[in-house]
Amino acid sequence: MNNFFIKKFFYGDIPEEKGGGSDYQTKHDSTSWPLWEVFIRSKQGLDHKHAGSLHAADAQMAIENARDVYTRRMEGVSIWVVESKYITASNPEEAGELYEPAADKIYRHPTFYQLPDEVNHM
Amino acid sequence: MKSNLIDYTLHLADTALILSQRNSEWCGHGPILEQDIAITNISLDLLGQARNFYQYAATLTGGEATEDSLAYLRTEREFKNLLLVEQENGDWGQTILRQYLFSQFQYLMFEKLQQCSDEQLAAIASKSIKETAYHLRWSSEWVCRLGDGTKESHERMLLAIEELWRYTGEMFESAVYETIINVASLKEDWMQRVSAVFSEATLPVPENVFMQTGGKKGIHTELLGFMLTELQYVQRTYPGAEW
Repeated sequence: MNNFFIKKFFYGDIPEEKGGGSDYQTKHDSTSWPLWEVFIRSKQGLDHKHAGSLHAADAQMAIENARDVYTRRMEGVSIWVVESKYITASNPEEAGELYEPAADKIYRHPTFYQLPDEVNHM
Repeated sequence: MKSNLIDYTLHLADTALILSQRNSEWCGHGPILEQDIAITNISLDLLGQARNFYQYAATLTGGEATEDSLAYLRTEREFKNLLLVEQENGDWGQTILRQYLFSQFQYLMFEKLQQCSDEQLAAIASKSIKETAYHLRWSSEWVCRLGDGTKESHERMLLAIEELWRYTGEMFESAVYETIINVASLKEDWMQRVSAVFSEATLPVPENVFMQTGGKKGIHTELLGFMLTELQYVQRTYPGAEW
C-alpha cells in the first residue's frame, strides 16, 4: 500500500502552522479515492482557472464529479482535472528568496513609457 | 383522444417524479460527497422533467388542475409510473442499476418523442434528452465499475439484477393510452445496448424472467403507497399550504 503525503495549501499558500491550510493524506487503498485538482474554463477564449479539488476513482469520474460539483450554475465550458499528487507546489517558507528579490526592481514594470494619447486602458 | 394524451403525459410525469423522489432519498447519505451531489443533481433533473409534464397535463385537463394538484392530490391507483422507478434504493449498486435500466429506456423513448406529432411533448423531450444522456453516461459507467469491480461489488450487482430485471418488461408494453409512440419498437435497441454494457461489466443478461406489470394502469407494488404518504404529507395535512 502506498501512502502519499501531500502538503496542500489553501487560501494563498499560508502554511498550517501560521494559521491556515491543511495536510492532505491520500491513501491509495480500497477505502479512499485519490484527490484531484479541478480547473474550469468559464467562457470560450478565457483560460482554465483552479476551481477546487475533489475525490474520484479515476480521471473519467473526476471529470463527471467536477461537472456536478463545479459547473451546476453554468460556470464552465471546459474542465481539466489532474491528480493532486502530480502537482508540485512552491514552498511558502522559501517565499523570501523566491519573491522578495523582485520587490525593488521596479524597472521591470512597463511604467516608464510615455504612451500616446490614442492608447487607452493600459 | 384527449384523455389518452392526458393519461400518457401523466404517465411520463409520474415516472419522472417517483424516480426523482427515490433518488432524493440519497441526499446526505451518498457513499461519498461527490456522488451524493451527482445523484441529487439527477434527482433535480427528473423533478424538472416531471414539472414540465405535469404543467402540460394541467393545461390539457383545464379547470382547477395545476402541476401541484396533479402531483400531490392524486391517489396511488391514479399514479401511472413504471413499477421499476418505485422500487427501493437498496444499496448503491441497486440504485445505480435502476437508474441505468431506466435511463437507457428513457433516452431511446425521448429520441422518438422528440419527433412525435404533439409539439409540446416533443419540445419537453428535446429539452430533457440532454439531461438523460448524462444520466445514461453516469449510470452506465457505474454499472461497469461495480460489475467489473471487486468480488463483492460484482455479487451485489448480480443481486440488483435479480431484484430489478422483472420490472423492465413493462417499459415495452403499450398502455391503452400510449398511442403517441410505439414503445414495443424500442425493445430490441434497448436490449442490445444493455447487453453491451452488461458484457463490459461482466454481468449476465437474465433470460426467461417473468415480468411484473401494472404500473402504467395504476396497479403498483406496495412500495408506492408509502412513498406517496411521505411525498404528499404536507398538502394532505395542511391543504392549500404554500411556501
